[in-house]
Amino acid sequence: MSATTTGLSTAAVAGAAGVEPETPARPARRGRGWWRWAVAAVLGLYFLVPLAASVWFTVRSRDGVSADVYAGIPTAEGFAENFGRSLALGALTVLLSLLLMVPTVVLVELRLPRLRPLVELLTLVPLLLPPIALVVGVRSVLAWAPEYFFGTPLAEAFFALQEPALPWILVLVYVVLALPFVYRALDAGVRGAQLRTLTEAARVLGASWPRVMLTVVLPVLRTSVLNAAFLTLALVLGEFTVANILGFETFPTWIVRISGSQPRLSVAVSVLSLLLTWALLLLISALDRRRREEDPA
Amino acid sequence: MEPGDLRLSTATATAAPASRRGRRRGGLLPALGLLPFLLYVAVFLLLPVGVLAVEAFRAVDPVTFEESWSTANIGTVTGGAYARSYVGSLQLSAITAVLGAVLGLALAFAVVGSRRGRRLRRLVLTASGVLANFGGIPLAFAFIATIGNAGVVTALLTDTLGLGGFSLYSMAGLVVVYLYFLIPLMVLTIIPAVEALRPQWREASDVLGAGGWQYWRYVGGPVLAPPVLGATMLLFASSFAAYATARALVGSSLPLVTLQIADSLSSNVIVGAENLGKALALGMVVLVGLVMVFYTWVQRRTSRWLS
Repeated sequence: MSATTTGLSTAAVAGAAGVEPETPARPARRGRGWWRWAVAAVLGLYFLVPLAASVWFTVRSRDGVSADVYAGIPTAEGFAENFGRSLALGALTVLLSLLLMVPTVVLVELRLPRLRPLVELLTLVPLLLPPIALVVGVRSVLAWAPEYFFGTPLAEAFFALQEPALPWILVLVYVVLALPFVYRALDAGVRGAQLRTLTEAARVLGASWPRVMLTVVLPVLRTSVLNAAFLTLALVLGEFTVANILGFETFPTWIVRISGSQPRLSVAVSVLSLLLTWALLLLISALDRRRREEDPA
Repeated sequence: MEPGDLRLSTATATAAPASRRGRRRGGLLPALGLLPFLLYVAVFLLLPVGVLAVEAFRAVDPVTFEESWSTANIGTVTGGAYARSYVGSLQLSAITAVLGAVLGLALAFAVVGSRRGRRLRRLVLTASGVLANFGGIPLAFAFIATIGNAGVVTALLTDTLGLGGFSLYSMAGLVVVYLYFLIPLMVLTIIPAVEALRPQWREASDVLGAGGWQYWRYVGGPVLAPPVLGATMLLFASSFAAYATARALVGSSLPLVTLQIADSLSSNVIVGAENLGKALALGMVVLVGLVMVFYTWVQRRTSRWLS
């Protein structure tokens, strides 16, 4: 089971960063090319129309075109606060994910290759497990604090995790949701590099393990680390399910809250958040291409 | 501190015993290094799911407010409106997974095979990488602005063509919206497999006198079947788990299990609704597990068929 699932999700996750296999495209058979363009055109239309329509929806007004809605976003009630919170959650999630996963991936590659299937399987679970099921479980665990641990330091810790200004519990759950992406991005980087040789050389030359991590491993994994960081940030900026079920307000839940009273603003903010996410993801694929050019093997 | 001074002069001499020492402890020490990861996964992934599996079997007595072990929740969620929501979710996921797989596969073939395809292929791949991650809230609002009640395209169609009657806020509407991120996901997942189909195989089968049908029945089909199946599974899982888009589009008016879970958790009226939510969530986990088992079984069968 693990082998097959790994295969499918590796493709899916790697795909998120833009796949570009080496096999040359198969030459078309003559005179049959029209259907390709038809398929591409119809689906292209399907993908472009909602985007164009969203932009038109936000800029049209009784007397022509105006970008008033966009100009009003920064001062909109709650925008700065919630967007800032989502950014902070994203940054913390990136940090914690890397702190947890970089040593793990390196360790598995260098010293514990036998445990690789286990780590792979565990990092796959969040991809198949519905996030809403996970978060219902998390909610049940959090409910232990008032029920069973009340008055103990443990309960205090539980409550501290749920501070509405900066809910750390979201960071902790987001790290789990980001696991498949972070693990696969880092794993791809580790496999591409001659990590064993490099670290052995560094060790022989007398570097300590922390030093090896900082001055050898991290620079080698630079692109994979950035890749993982951007994917995680994009995930956190758009995450709705966990925040909604646990009852915290973040950027996406704020968009839903204002949509009733200010539909144009909500669409405009959606367009902006899309552009932001896309910028992040395009950056990944640009990085990816650069790495490929630097290292054609 | 101690090896610091020796490092420069006798680097190899000190490093060698160190590495030997490391190897002797090899079994234990590196395994300890994996502890943070394992602990994290245990606490934040396995524990919540485990708690779900236990607390779904707890029920609160509506009169005495006492908790006890019971299968009442399980009985409730497997019947009536809740069962309908499971069926609704499964139907929606199956339809969107199959449609997404077919359309994504068509797009993948169109892109891979085209003659001046390099640029088109790169464009489609980059766009897919971006769009596959475009689920959730922004997607819902993009579609509301397009074919919602006050949408741009809705206005265009009703004003100029007099068409109407399609509602975004229905199952069919959700299918249209979900495909927006499922088709790119399919393209990304399946393109490597489509590109692995060697043109030589087609040529060989042509030379041997096989028709198009025979090529796909005996060569292309068997090679593509496992990855296509795997990708369809992935589409099914992401469609089944989708909550944000549905929430923003239809509130809780459609029978979908994710919406039902959210409803039961926010309910202050029904005693024990929280445990009902846990039972519903546990049902989702079990269903995803069953689909995985089925997938593994089919995968094994197709691989036997291949060999």
